[in-house]
Amino acid sequence: MSDSRSELTVALWRGAQQGRYETYKVPLRENQTVLDVVTFVQRHLDPTLSYRFACRVGMCGSCAMTVNGRPRWTCRTHVSRVAARGQLKIGPLENLPVIKDLATDMRPFFEKWQQAKGAFAPSRTRSDDFAPIRPDSPARMAADAAIECINCAICYAACDTVRWNSDYLGPAALNRAWTLVNDVRDGANSERLQAVAATGGCHACHSHQSCQELCPQQLNPTASIAGLKRRTTWAYLKGEI
Amino acid sequence: MNLRHLRHRESVLWIAALVHRLSGLALAVFLPVHFLTLGLAIRGEAPLESFLRWSDQPLVKFAESALVFLLMLHMLGGLRLLVIENLPWRDGQKEAATIAAGLSAAIAFFLLARML
Amino acid sequence: MNVRLYVWQRLTAAIMAPLVLAHIVVIFYATRKGLSAADILARTRGSFAWASFYGAFVVAAAIHATIGVRNVLTEWSPLEDRGAGMLAGVFGVLLFLLGARAVVAVVLP
Repeated sequence: MSDSRSELTVALWRGAQQGRYETYKVPLRENQTVLDVVTFVQRHLDPTLSYRFACRVGMCGSCAMTVNGRPRWTCRTHVSRVAARGQLKIGPLENLPVIKDLATDMRPFFEKWQQAKGAFAPSRTRSDDFAPIRPDSPARMAADAAIECINCAICYAACDTVRWNSDYLGPAALNRAWTLVNDVRDGANSERLQAVAATGGCHACHSHQSCQELCPQQLNPTASIAGLKRRTTWAYLKGEI
Repeated sequence: MNLRHLRHRESVLWIAALVHRLSGLALAVFLPVHFLTLGLAIRGEAPLESFLRWSDQPLVKFAESALVFLLMLHMLGGLRLLVIENLPWRDGQKEAATIAAGLSAAIAFFLLARML
Repeated sequence: MNVRLYVWQRLTAAIMAPLVLAHIVVIFYATRKGLSAADILARTRGSFAWASFYGAFVVAAAIHATIGVRNVLTEWSPLEDRGAGMLAGVFGVLLFLLGARAVVAVVLP
């Protein structure tokens, strides 16, 4: 850093859907994450600041916010990586209603998850045998490649198609639907394909790949959605949906 | 359309998607004009011939090359999407998008050079 | 966008890929030869082949452009699905009519 800075200039969103950025000065430390910065403001400068976090170690996805224009896990974003000129601009995740300050209403995100039939529907009972699934079967490998989503909504916040198309189910919901489409134990595939083939489903995706670029779990919803496009097209041409 | 957040859309692939959309819109605007021009022939050779003579000027030739550029961009970008959507996933999308743009520019430039 | 529109959009795109390439070749050929209107029309008039080629091109382009424009309208304009579909549909019909007229203009003997 040029002029040996001892503090950061941090703009934080205050308010709800309407509001403004307010600026705070936060001591600059080595090994400081953006979550550390937000926490410092709330503890020492302004106790009325609202924000979410839980695990602090990149496992839960609760701390996702918009940092200098990009949605990130704030607990895993080192200040040195993003605050090039000692400036930070932190806002709530985009594409979601703002409850207060840095906390968004995640309900639309999860409602679309349900709309995409992103829940497992069992086809056996506890009295039946286990379903034998080879981990190296193509379907299981496809599901495993996409299964580690922790619903942090970074992809949803990054997606411009979500921004432009209020019907669009979004990358996370569709990515989860893809894992279930590949789960041979699941019994709701017909309904699921219908759900993701409807308006706002997988076909609305333009493959911008913002989701894939920004997913902290290195998932690739674009690829999952492409898989759904193939599956639904095939089902449509066969008259199944 | 909200462009407030455009400043952090630096990704090659986002730009590629925007180029694909804008080129499609430009072609959609151009096509009726193109059809009307060709339709001049309905009244015989002379109206079409006089249009072709008018279009001989360098500025029009440049515009025609630009249209070929937009057509190639739109098609190559679209082919990249068809590959993503119908073939197993392959990385290197940014490279593919850049190559598509370069190839389109080369073809349009080649055409312009021949016409001038 | 749903699966039905998607299939028509991608199908017409795939159909047009070789048509576009052929069209570019035609453009290069015509400009190299410096063809006049008379030269061009002498080749196209009464030609079933050119009629089929450009006829198919016009139909595919009209369908493809309609769905594309509809998508852009639903995402970038205040119009809802129905309004966007209607406006795009009007545009598509216009494109088809003008295109068919253009094909007739150069193909009719």
